[in-house]
Amino acid sequence: MAETERPKTPQAKDESRRKFLKNSGLVAGGLIGGGLLGSLVTSQVKKPADTGNKDTAAKDDNHDMDARTFFSRTDDFETLSAATERLYPKDKNGPGAIELSVPYFIDRQLAGDWGSNAHAYMKGPFPQNQEAAYYEDLDRNQKNQGPNADTQTAAPTPRYQTRMNRGEIFREGIKTMQDQASSKHDKKFAELEGEQMDAILTDLEEGKIRMNGIHSTAFFNLLLQTTIEGAYADPVYGGNRNMAGWKMKEYPGPRMGYLGQIEDEEFAVMKQESLRDYQDMWG
Amino acid sequence: MAKKLKKVDVVVVGSGWAGGIVSAEAAKAGYKVVTLERGKPVDRQDYIGVKDELRYTDRYEMMQNLAPETITSRNNLDEEALPVRTRKEMMAGTDLGGGSVHWAGATYRWKPIDFELRSKTIERYGEKKIQEGMFIRDWGITYDEMEPYYDKWEKTAGISGEPDPLGDKRSNDWPNPPMKESPAVKLFKDTTKKMGYHPYQVASANLSQSYKNPDGETLAQCMFCSFCTQYGCDFGAKSDPLVTVIPTALKTGNCEIRTHSYVRRVLHENGKATGVMYVDLRTGLEYIQPADVVVLGAFAFTNNRLLHLSKIGEPYNPETRKGVIGRNYNGQFGITFLGARGFFEKKKFNLFMGAGALGGTLSDFAGDNFDHTDLDFINGGGIELRQYGHGPIATNAVPKGTKNWGPEFKEKSLHYTNRSLVVWYTMATMSWWHNYTSLDPTYTDDFGDPLLRITYKYTDHDRAMAKFGIEKCTEIMKEMGADIVDPDEVPEEFDHVYDGGHYAGGVSMGEDPETSAVNNYLQMWDMENLFVVGGSAFPQFGGHHPTATIGALSYRASEGIINYLKDPKLLTQPKKAAANA
Repeated sequence: MAETERPKTPQAKDESRRKFLKNSGLVAGGLIGGGLLGSLVTSQVKKPADTGNKDTAAKDDNHDMDARTFFSRTDDFETLSAATERLYPKDKNGPGAIELSVPYFIDRQLAGDWGSNAHAYMKGPFPQNQEAAYYEDLDRNQKNQGPNADTQTAAPTPRYQTRMNRGEIFREGIKTMQDQASSKHDKKFAELEGEQMDAILTDLEEGKIRMNGIHSTAFFNLLLQTTIEGAYADPVYGGNRNMAGWKMKEYPGPRMGYLGQIEDEEFAVMKQESLRDYQDMWG
Repeated sequence: MAKKLKKVDVVVVGSGWAGGIVSAEAAKAGYKVVTLERGKPVDRQDYIGVKDELRYTDRYEMMQNLAPETITSRNNLDEEALPVRTRKEMMAGTDLGGGSVHWAGATYRWKPIDFELRSKTIERYGEKKIQEGMFIRDWGITYDEMEPYYDKWEKTAGISGEPDPLGDKRSNDWPNPPMKESPAVKLFKDTTKKMGYHPYQVASANLSQSYKNPDGETLAQCMFCSFCTQYGCDFGAKSDPLVTVIPTALKTGNCEIRTHSYVRRVLHENGKATGVMYVDLRTGLEYIQPADVVVLGAFAFTNNRLLHLSKIGEPYNPETRKGVIGRNYNGQFGITFLGARGFFEKKKFNLFMGAGALGGTLSDFAGDNFDHTDLDFINGGGIELRQYGHGPIATNAVPKGTKNWGPEFKEKSLHYTNRSLVVWYTMATMSWWHNYTSLDPTYTDDFGDPLLRITYKYTDHDRAMAKFGIEKCTEIMKEMGADIVDPDEVPEEFDHVYDGGHYAGGVSMGEDPETSAVNNYLQMWDMENLFVVGGSAFPQFGGHHPTATIGALSYRASEGIINYLKDPKLLTQPKKAAANA
C-alpha cells in the first residue's frame, strides 16, 4: 500500500505504534509478513512481496485474509496482537505471533462456530461463582503436554462453567487488559513496555485479576492455547503465515505417509507443504 | 405421536465396534436388522485430504456435538453435578462407525486374571487383599472361554502384532506381522530388554500389510502418516467398522442402517422389550421401531442412559448399595496413562511420523505377572512408549520449571519438539461402591430428557498404582538415556475430563442378578430379549486398552442373540455371588 493511500491516523497513535514496534523487537526495515504491522509501517519497509523472490511473493501477495471479522475496534485488536507477541515473541528462531498473523487467526476463530460455542453444551443453570471456569483449557493431556504439575491439579467442578462463549470471554479478557493498562500506567495496553505487559499477563495467569463471569486464569489459558494454535495450525486458518511456524518446528505439514522413512535414524529435513498442497495432490 | 414402523428381528442402537459386529453377525445369519446411529453417514471419502490438526485434534471434528446432549459429573455423593460442556473435556464418538473410527488402534487381550480378578486375588493373597468398598468380581467368563472370540475379532480387524513373551495361550498368532519399528520404539525395547524386561511391539489395528478378512473385506497397509488418533483413516488402513463390519452387514441385504436417528427409549411391556423409540434429527419426527430383540450397542454412556431413561432394571443406590443399573461404573481416567517424560539433548527423533498404535510395550507389571504381596494395590498394566505422530500444536512439551510462555517457552519448546519421549503405565482400575451412573436431577438434553450423571472419585488404590507406574516409567526413561526426566504427578482427584474414551461399566456382567445387569452373553437378567453390548459390560477395567475386549464380547453377544432368536430364553442360569462383589 502506498503511503498516500493510507488512512489518516492521529499522530499520537502513530507514535504509540512505532513504540510498540520497537518494544516488540520489530524494527522498521525488518521483514514483516503482513498482519497488524503491515498496515502500520511506512513504505520504507519492504514487504516480502517486493523482494523479487517469486516463490515468497506468490504466497505473500494475499493480504486479503488480514482483515478483522470479529473484533470491530482497532484498539481491541492491537491489545490482542501485543499480548500474543509477548506470549510467542519474534526471536532468533524466527517470527513471532504478529508476523505469523496469529491475531487474525484468533479473530477468525472467534468469528466462527468455535467462538460461539456451537458444539458446547450451553444450557443453564450456570453455577454462580467466579471460580467455576478456572480450569478451562488447562490441558493435562500427558501425551500432548508432558508432565506439568500445574495442569494436574484437580478441579472442583467440570471446568467450563461460564455462560459466556469463547468470543465473549476474549472480549472480556481484552477489556480487562486495557483496564489494567490504563489504571496502572495510564496508557493503552499496546503502548506499554514489554515488562509491563508481561506483568499484566502474569497477573491474569495467576488469577490475580478479577474478571466478570470467568476466572482470569481461564482467559489467560485460552489466549495462550489459541496463540499457539495460530502459530502452528495450517495456514488455511489465517495464521502460521508462509508456514513459518512449521519451519521453526521442522514440521513438514500433512503428507501421504512415511512408510519408507519410519525406521530411519536420521532426522528428516523436509520442505513444508500445506493442506492446500495436499488437497491439490488429490485433485 | 410416534409413527410405528414394520417390525424387524433385531434393532441395534449404535454402529461402532459393538453395534457394528452385532449387526453384521445377525444379518449374516439371515435375520432382518435395523441399525440406528445418531450421527451422520460417513465413509473413507470423508477422510481423504483432511489431515488437519486444528480441525480434528483441537476442535474435535469427529466428536459428539455436545450442544444437544452431554453428561454431568461430580466427585462425591453430596455434590451437585455440573455439565461437562466442551469437547475438550468430553470426547465421545459419533457418526457412522462411532468412536471406533477415530481410535488409535492399540490392541491387547486382557489377561486371565482380569476375568477372574476376585477369585484369583483371594486365591493368591487372601480375602483381606480386597479393600472395603471395592466392587470387583469375576466376569462369569474366563480367558479360555473368551479366547475364540478374541481370535475372531482379531481376524476381522486384521490386527498386526507379535507374541507377548509373557502372554497367555492363543489358538492362533496375530493375523498380520507387527508394524515397523521406529528408532524411538527401538530405543524403548532395547533398553527395557537390557533391564531384564520382556518388551514387544504393540499389536496394532494400523495394518502392517494389506489384508483380506474372513468376511471378504479388504484393508490397506498403514502409511505411518500420523493422522490416526482422532482422525478417520483415508487409506482404509486402520481397522474400524467402516472398512469391516458395516460393509459386511450391508452386503447381506439384511441390514438397514439409519443415520441421524437419536434413540430416546427402549420400549417394553410385561418384562419384554418391544422395540425402540427414536427421533430423526433432520425432521424432528418420532418413530417406533419394533423388534424381537433389542440391542444397545452404543458407548457406555448411552447404554447406561437409555436403561435409566427407559426404567429397565433396578437403578443402583449407593446409600443402600443395592440395585444394578449404573453400578460398577469404571474406566481409565486422568490418573491412568501417567509415567515419565524424557528430554534428549543428543538425539532427535522423527516424531511427526507415526501411527496410532505404533509403539513398544511390556507386560512385566501387568495383571499378576508381579508379586503384589507388599503392594497396596491389585492388578497392573502395560508400560508403553507410543509414537502417534505428533502435530505441531500438540507438541510443546518443555522440562518442568520452564515458563510456559514467552521467549524461554518458545526457545525450549522448539528445541525439544523432536527430542522428547513419554513412557506411561496403562493401569487397570477397580470399581467402587461410590462410583456409579444415574440420571441428573437438573440438566436435560434438547428433548427435555435428563442427562446421564457420572459420580466418580479416585481412591488410594488408584493413587498407589499410579505412583508405582510412574516410578517404573521413570527408571526406564533414565535408562533410555534422557538428559532430563520429568516424572508425572499423581493427581489428587478426578478432574472431570473425559478425554480418553475408555469409560465403561454401569451395565456390568456377572453371574448374580443382585449385582450384575447382564449375563455372560450380555443378555439382561431382567429382560431376556434385550442385550446390552460394549464396554458398559466391564465389571472393572483391565490393565490394557479395551477395544479388543469390546470386540470379543460383541462376538460373544452376537452368538447369544442368534441362539436367543432360535430359542428365546435366558441363556445362562444365575448364581449367587459372594457378598460385596
